[in-house]
Amino acid sequence: MRTYFLRRLLHAIPLLIVLSVVLFLVVRAAPGGPLAQAERNPNISAEQREALRARLGLDQPLHVQYVAWMGNVLRGDLGQSIKSNRPVTDMIGERLLNTLLLVGTAFILTILIAIPLGAVSALRQYSMFDYVVTTFSFAGQSVPVYWLGLVAILVFYVWLDNPFTGGPLLPAGGMYTVGGPKTLADLAWHMILPVSVLCATWIAWYSRFFRASMLETLNADFVRTATAKGLPRRSVIYNHAGRNAVVPLVTMIALDLPAVFAGALFIETIFSWPGMGRLFWEAARGRDYPVLMAIIMINAVLIIIANLAADMLYARLDPRVRYE
Amino acid sequence: MSELTINDALTAPARPVTRAVPLRVLIWRRFLRHRLAVVAMVVLGLVIGSAVLAPLSRYEPTEQNPTNALQPPSAAHWFGTDDLGRDVFTRTLYGGRISLTVGLSATLLSLLIGVIVGMVAGYFGGFADNLLMRITDGFLTLPTLFVLILISTMLREVPALGLTSSVMIVIFVIAVLSWMWPARIVRGEFLRLKHRDFVLAANNIGAGHGRIMSRHILPNTVSLIIVQGTLLVAYAIITESGLSYLGFGVQPPTPSWGNLLATAQTYALRAPWLMIFPGLMIFITSMSINYIGDGLRDAFDPYAAR
Repeated sequence: MRTYFLRRLLHAIPLLIVLSVVLFLVVRAAPGGPLAQAERNPNISAEQREALRARLGLDQPLHVQYVAWMGNVLRGDLGQSIKSNRPVTDMIGERLLNTLLLVGTAFILTILIAIPLGAVSALRQYSMFDYVVTTFSFAGQSVPVYWLGLVAILVFYVWLDNPFTGGPLLPAGGMYTVGGPKTLADLAWHMILPVSVLCATWIAWYSRFFRASMLETLNADFVRTATAKGLPRRSVIYNHAGRNAVVPLVTMIALDLPAVFAGALFIETIFSWPGMGRLFWEAARGRDYPVLMAIIMINAVLIIIANLAADMLYARLDPRVRYE
Repeated sequence: MSELTINDALTAPARPVTRAVPLRVLIWRRFLRHRLAVVAMVVLGLVIGSAVLAPLSRYEPTEQNPTNALQPPSAAHWFGTDDLGRDVFTRTLYGGRISLTVGLSATLLSLLIGVIVGMVAGYFGGFADNLLMRITDGFLTLPTLFVLILISTMLREVPALGLTSSVMIVIFVIAVLSWMWPARIVRGEFLRLKHRDFVLAANNIGAGHGRIMSRHILPNTVSLIIVQGTLLVAYAIITESGLSYLGFGVQPPTPSWGNLLATAQTYALRAPWLMIFPGLMIFITSMSINYIGDGLRDAFDPYAAR
């Protein structure tokens, strides 16, 4: 088991190296590279430009540049933003927590709601309740999350008014009221819409997945055995069927992470949430390649770690799983 | 219960002869039993029909009429008009042409890559399988939307590639980042089927690898590929409109369901109809496709309970 995960970890390394080489070449080849500004400026002479090239190490062969760049990345230096000239690490550092706050809250709520929904839906298969949940889930899987966000703004910001103040019922974007105090209540107030929209689409996926998973365990032999030996239904459902149905969810969550990041990008863009997704969108509009590369690299590393963690957790949760 | 005599058996009305029904017809009949899928097919037919018949509209999709800007829906303009006075109904129909084309083309390209990769990996196994599956896993760990945005931004800045049309870029980019799912499914099926007797028999009468893969094994995986392809179309349509909404997909003035939404946000206060109709079309289309996929999966599955 230990050796299996060590091998998995070793497999992840070439993956990261290939990815980093590609990203490195893209940053170098991208129009508007590190010297673009100097090249456009008529006050900088050819010699000065050469000196700048030498100082930035751009006169070295590509592989030497790559090693130097990789060394910096490993030390946490992801380069400079072309637009703002600030270290990319700082820019992402400011935004990462905001994204985690938004996505984390939505995700916890999703799991808390989707699991009971899926479970009851499976226990009462083909009932009215199941029918409603299934229809909702199909709708939630088909609706584009950005459109749902726009409609939410339309309904709760444009159309509905707050009965006490006469202003909009819910804020349309941002983290805090502009000019107001940065209180926790204000933050929660601004989170209602983006979190609800994210939840609506995620619950659709996860409730359906958990329903299928639960149906499978409910028909499994060990559940029949548990019922046959006279265990109370509660115990059969919670300890036998439910517990085993949760296990595949772990893998699902890890595999789903790219989609989760995508959802965050849309929602942060629509609701002006100052997170990593919106930073990426802004950087893409401004062709700020170092920022784009850094965010992709960070997300890829997070996804690889999540996959590995999911596999480990899977083995812990399900003793039948043996890796060799 | 009375005893059955030979006489009874002889005088009993003849049992109707069961005629052999082609598998295609059986599957079709099973599909028709999935009522929601049938409804979905009719709805999708209407959406496709409206896109095909778009030129019949009274207006041109790019015809501007500034004096008539931001008009709410009326008899003359069913979905209202946008900030430049263009007819939103007409633009939505034309947008459907682009969005549906992108959805279908990206899916076909994605299936083409995925099926070839899956076939080679599953059939040959060993080193080829190992290498191809590592690459597949690598692509699966990419934060897809971010990479989509990056590539489409870069491709537009490299004119040498000749990908001048933003529609082509979007098709290409979506396919390049979605072939992994069909590849995995086809590989699994090839692993399962390649040691079956019929493959051995084909091998014994001298069929080459290419022939065995394409003529003997591939047809057995068609049902799974069709279901996967259906779901991919919905995915591609949603992705295209998402990219276009963010400004990295199909570029205006060519309308697509996604870039129609991009302008809509600016006028949310004054012209909510701008955001409602194009989004509704994406929603209805992808929901229909998902239901059709569900119906097809049940129809193809010999063990389905329905």
